[in-house]
Amino acid sequence: MSTWFRRVRKNILTSTQEKKEAPDGIWHKCPECKTTHTKKELEDHFYVCPKCNYHNRINSAEYFDIIFDEGAYEVHFENIVPKDKLGFVDMKPYDKRLVEAQASTGLKDAMTVGVGKVNGQGLVIACMNFNFIGGSMGSVVGEKIARGIDYAIQHKLPFMIISKSGGARMMESAFSLMQMAKTSAKLTQLAKAGLPYISFMTDPTTGGVTASYAMLGDINIAEPKALIGFAGPRVIKETIKKDLPAGFQRSEFLLDHGFLDFIVERQNLKQKLSGVISWFMNNPVQEPVSAAAE
Amino acid sequence: MQFLDFEKPIEELYAQINKLKDMSAKNQQVDVSGSIRELEEAIEKTRTTIYSNLTPWQRVQLSRHPERPYTLYYIEKIFSGFTELYGDRQVKDDKAMVGGMAKLGDMPVMVIGQQKGINTKMRQMRNFGMANPEGYRKALRLMKLAEKFNHPIVTLIDTPGAYPGLEAEERGQGEAIARNLFEMVNLKVPVICIIIGEGASGGALGIGIGDKVVMLENTWYTVISPESCSSILWRSWNYKEQAAEQLKLTSEDMKGFGLVDDVLPEPVGGAHANPEQMAETIKKYLLDTLPVLEKKGAEKRIEERIEKFSGMGFYDEV
Ligand SMILES: [Zn+2]
Repeated sequence: MSTWFRRVRKNILTSTQEKKEAPDGIWHKCPECKTTHTKKELEDHFYVCPKCNYHNRINSAEYFDIIFDEGAYEVHFENIVPKDKLGFVDMKPYDKRLVEAQASTGLKDAMTVGVGKVNGQGLVIACMNFNFIGGSMGSVVGEKIARGIDYAIQHKLPFMIISKSGGARMMESAFSLMQMAKTSAKLTQLAKAGLPYISFMTDPTTGGVTASYAMLGDINIAEPKALIGFAGPRVIKETIKKDLPAGFQRSEFLLDHGFLDFIVERQNLKQKLSGVISWFMNNPVQEPVSAAAE
Repeated sequence: MQFLDFEKPIEELYAQINKLKDMSAKNQQVDVSGSIRELEEAIEKTRTTIYSNLTPWQRVQLSRHPERPYTLYYIEKIFSGFTELYGDRQVKDDKAMVGGMAKLGDMPVMVIGQQKGINTKMRQMRNFGMANPEGYRKALRLMKLAEKFNHPIVTLIDTPGAYPGLEAEERGQGEAIARNLFEMVNLKVPVICIIIGEGASGGALGIGIGDKVVMLENTWYTVISPESCSSILWRSWNYKEQAAEQLKLTSEDMKGFGLVDDVLPEPVGGAHANPEQMAETIKKYLLDTLPVLEKKGAEKRIEERIEKFSGMGFYDEV
């Protein structure tokens, strides 16, 4: 167990008001093996079940704490907020959905951009928040990726996207579709600047996110057992009228079919990233720096 | 002739004409030509009225009209010397995506598009215009070929979506589409993308990054079909009309949003009412537009392409 990773909640540079999407209460029951652990235990173990290795879903604040040195990072572009330009109404008006999602998550939208250091090496991370309307990709998600890329180019830093999304945000209609084009276009600029793009896919990564930036990494990596696919399993099942094989569209399946460079457990994420960044950027070997602010 | 539900009044007028014709065939004494002429005028009038007030859902219906011309029809009418090229050089040839060498006047171009089947058997073979990863990879192979020899690319988009199948996922449907987006952004040759029927989501966008993205008048282009949108957001299949309204998926809306560059008018009654005229309109657009794009030069085109797509989205800055 990597105890030296143990984090203390003191994000000295964190300007965000983000709420942690940690399981509620003191106790947490693993949805996979049903074992009960204290919330503290789970948190100290990267929100990964100590018994069965199930990776509980977490949001940007947790990932930033896990990845960035001493839990310190800057959050950028929080001034970019969603709006309901189309006046989209389904069973609920979109503007109302936005207000509710903002109130319940403390987030502005499904994407947060953080800049910090990984064992002393700079990194820009655009991380999706699944608890904000299913991590759906709308205009704000696309724009924050665009600005994150601009920032990375300006500061000559590697860029990473942590995907966790049900796909495009239907309530932004064609504008959400065009975020696929927009983010892909911006990634070509990053590539021309010779800077690396690490795509990290977590559970779930589907739809338009998979069909754009998630699959365009210089390296594509994923957490274990994450659902990753273009079409959702339910749609595929209805289309082919057959049951889907076990493990279909999970990280291990994608690795076997050649679409992932490797799978990394959250416990090893920071060290693995550090090595990869050091290779890309030709940095000297990095001493591990605690993710915790002691 | 096949009529859509909102074309009922037109269908009834045609029925009356047929009745008159039958009558006169049986009894040569009766002169029905005047009545027929009146009815034909009524048809024109009714058609114009109906077609100037189409709802978004009616446009979706029109975009899927079984008599609507598909990609290969336009290729034959607009270009000459078409040589179809097959295969992605990796897995197979995807019949839902066609493409090949052609000439527009004297100009060599690469034409690529989804192809729907014209009858039950062909519809199966063409997989209803739903491409697999091989289709997108074939499309990209042909685009790269065009780029190598410095010839412009024209894509014709008509798909209910990329195929949501098991093998499609195994072979990386998401990766195939993503790769096309990434590569098309930086193609050194002019690219014009025309939505000729259905423009459904990533499956359409996968061949839809161009210097000019154009919609025919009665097509639709958005992130999801109205039916699927209804089933997900309304949790029922019964709200497709509302979904079509809310999605603002018509050519008029899309042009208004700046998400497409141009809209090409269709003949009254839709593209299928006069396919030759539709083909002529498209041909004229290509002949007018390609030389202008050519003149810009590769660097400027790519710069403007990136700028255009990077500027898409709405948000507030506070
Ligand atoms: Zn467990």
